[in-house]
Amino acid sequence: MRINLNGQSIETQARTLADLLTEQGFESPCVATAVDGDFIARPLRSGTLLNDGVKVEVLSPMQGG
Amino acid sequence: MFYGVDLTSRLMLGTAQYPSPQVLLEAIEASGAEVITVSLRREGAAGGAFRALLAKSRCRLLPNTAGCHTVREAVTTARMAREVFGTSWIKLEVIGHADTLQPDPFALVEAARVLCAEGFDVFPYTTEDLIVGEKLLEAGCKVLMPWGAPIGSGQGLRNLAGLRSMRAHFPDVPLVVDAGIGAPSQAAQAMELGFDAVLLNTAVAKAVDPVGMARAFGHAIQAGQEGFVAGLMPERDMASVSTPVFGLAELA
Repeated sequence: MRINLNGQSIETQARTLADLLTEQGFESPCVATAVDGDFIARPLRSGTLLNDGVKVEVLSPMQGG
Repeated sequence: MFYGVDLTSRLMLGTAQYPSPQVLLEAIEASGAEVITVSLRREGAAGGAFRALLAKSRCRLLPNTAGCHTVREAVTTARMAREVFGTSWIKLEVIGHADTLQPDPFALVEAARVLCAEGFDVFPYTTEDLIVGEKLLEAGCKVLMPWGAPIGSGQGLRNLAGLRSMRAHFPDVPLVVDAGIGAPSQAAQAMELGFDAVLLNTAVAKAVDPVGMARAFGHAIQAGQEGFVAGLMPERDMASVSTPVFGLAELA
């Protein structure tokens, strides 16, 4: 399945958002997630199924003004 | 004061654009700031170092929604920030114009309404417009953050009369001048007007010596606040002698 992760088109075997984080090596507690522009809270990641072409954002704490 | 939190230092410091994480950490220390602003981004090269720094800093975090142009983007970003930073504080920015980075007041009020209803403590980045301020308070905001000048411009308080009116119009609402401050004197001026705090970033981060400048801003903001509390004398059009005339010798 091809999805868009942080602006990059990637091929993934992951079925759920939680699997995708593991597959892509994200430190799960340190990131926040959104799918197609909607926030997905941590407890909902394992129940969030990914579809072909879905847009996933995985964001981390960074510097800001 | 700020959603039930009293601050000793009235400087809120941004964490972006510093030459290194070490300089940032020293600048925070030197400034005396108890609140620092942070953001959410796709993780870059400095991500790990920044997380380590956050763990070390004893500051309260104020995540922002910088770069958001719509209600939906801002609301989603705020929800993500609350989870990852573990705070309900959010500096709400909904940008309306790419060149001036001025807020879109209509989207700002709408986003504030959504977030306040969800229990966020919203710090809205707004203009000095009094009616927008009232709408933000109606939406549930308990703090207003008018701009001094466009973000990163260093122009200082561009609409002094407007900011003064805002202070007078909202006597009991904590007001923070956010953005546009370039020099310690400008931050002191905001405090002398009776503002409750100043939020700045670029003026410190882009100084030749960010740590020295952070310290200078800390002093200036404290001086301005003490000046306001002590009560400034009224301005006069004409001179008024300060040395007593009584007892003056006749030497002519």
